[in-house]
Amino acid sequence: MREQIEGSQAVARTVASCRPDVVCAYPISPQTHIVEALAVLARTGKLGAAQFVNVESEMAALSVAIGASATGARTYTATASQGLLFMAEALYNAAGLGLPIVMTVANRAIGAPINIWNDHSDSISQRDSGWIQLYALDNQHAADLHPVAYRLAEEVSVPVMVCVDGFVLTHAVEPVDLAEPERVDAFLPPFRPRQVLDPADPVTIGAMVGPEAYTEVRYLAHTNAKRALERLPVLAADYAARVDRSVPAIADAYRAVGAETLVIAMGSVVGTLEDTVDELRGEGVGVGALGLVAFRPFPVDVIRAAVAGRERVVVLERAQPTGSTGVIGTEIRAAVPGGPPIHSVVAGLGGRPVTRASLKAVIEAANRGELPELSFMDLDTGLIEAAGSRP
Amino acid sequence: MFETRIHGRGGQGVVTAAEMLSLAAFIEGRFAQAIPSFGSERTGAPVIAYCRIADFRLRTREPVSRPDALIIQDPTLRHVGGIFDGLPSGGYLLINSARPIEMLGIDAHLGHLHRSRVKALNAGQIARSHLGRPLPNTALLGGFAALTGQLALESVLEAIRQTFGGDVGEANVRAAAEAYRQVAAKSRDRRHA
Repeated sequence: MREQIEGSQAVARTVASCRPDVVCAYPISPQTHIVEALAVLARTGKLGAAQFVNVESEMAALSVAIGASATGARTYTATASQGLLFMAEALYNAAGLGLPIVMTVANRAIGAPINIWNDHSDSISQRDSGWIQLYALDNQHAADLHPVAYRLAEEVSVPVMVCVDGFVLTHAVEPVDLAEPERVDAFLPPFRPRQVLDPADPVTIGAMVGPEAYTEVRYLAHTNAKRALERLPVLAADYAARVDRSVPAIADAYRAVGAETLVIAMGSVVGTLEDTVDELRGEGVGVGALGLVAFRPFPVDVIRAAVAGRERVVVLERAQPTGSTGVIGTEIRAAVPGGPPIHSVVAGLGGRPVTRASLKAVIEAANRGELPELSFMDLDTGLIEAAGSRP
Repeated sequence: MFETRIHGRGGQGVVTAAEMLSLAAFIEGRFAQAIPSFGSERTGAPVIAYCRIADFRLRTREPVSRPDALIIQDPTLRHVGGIFDGLPSGGYLLINSARPIEMLGIDAHLGHLHRSRVKALNAGQIARSHLGRPLPNTALLGGFAALTGQLALESVLEAIRQTFGGDVGEANVRAAAEAYRQVAAKSRDRRHA
């Protein structure tokens, strides 16, 4: 049934429909509303048999999630920003142990300077942790990605981050069609782990692996990630058919056919981008958009096909790797050697709005051949000069 | 598309007001989006929230920079820079104030607006009489419905009920309904003058 609800509520109620056995999280803006909503669901008996575990930190949250998942429990947690960084050590362990934890990341900038607003610095910083990363385009998509994330995680034994733009999505109220719990049940059977920690039948997990096999372990994780990339669209299509709406899982192209300029972005900025594409198409400009959903594993083949034949590609980077060019742009350049120019545009850092006017200006600059390989959207050069530096 | 920007202070229900507006539009079968814009999270700090209403699925997420309607929940914000920015000549302005619009010292911002689309509403007083507290947001929503005609009063009242429920909901419903009557009456007086 379609409801006018906050993104955090939509995520929490969909997570409840996924019937987690253990929910543990430590509150941090802008993830807080998700955890509060789940706590209310738990208290009012709407979280089924789930155990809601209060923890003292994000490190503890993911550590509890790891322990729970290792015993065969379907496990959920959520965090953002510094909270995700505090989890970093455990993130690699969860992935290395092959534990199918699903975590919502309410994307937020990283300090210093302290900033509570939205960008992708947090999840992008953990791109090599071994977790699958899916980026929600809107709140409907954010909700729908969670059942898909659980199916995928449990099938390929890899944890999944569902990345949802903090505030912009988590605190936005818009129409969301929440799947009936029976439909989620039909799609997502109970978790049947291949191996569990059980005192009655003890096993060791996470034992030391030396130089003789560590490379092979990493190789297997890499090939498993490729399998995840094959299964992801299949599972998403299965869920989409059951809920009768599209659930993009790898990437979502918009008016890309025949577009000389392709703009690639992740997350909620894609909506603003699509409106901009319509405006420019109306003026006869050949531009299209690609909303990238799966960032890890990186869908090289899909990107290659999407970029082929374009005159130029503009990539909106919602995180900036200091001292290098944009993260997504670099991956795309590597995926398409000898391909069109790839322009990384750092945009929307620390909550700065990405407007249609700014997007239009950037696309027009690209089409005039005036956009460098790396640029910063709406850079306030006056502010930089006032700080005593030269832009 | 009809875009509204709401200015107020932390604790005045600015974000909730935008959410209720979007809910009222949803109740009418339209598409709507409410977006908060948080500054530092503390009581009394300026807060802005946005609501877009349309007959198509909304995609853009940027802040509302050219509002069709501006709601100012706290009259002391009227001298804050940029608060009237982007209000077009056909735009609506609804401000919570015990004093008439002419006495607010904001004429410089009103020159281009239709006089019939600018209203000062003593929402604080209405709220005090119905809620016992000067929380102006629901009264202003009733005033918004009367001023702009964008939403039926019934939809606004239903959105308020769904948001608060119980006695608190009904008290807010009465505040919104009274505000609606006041603004509608003022509009009638002006038309008949």
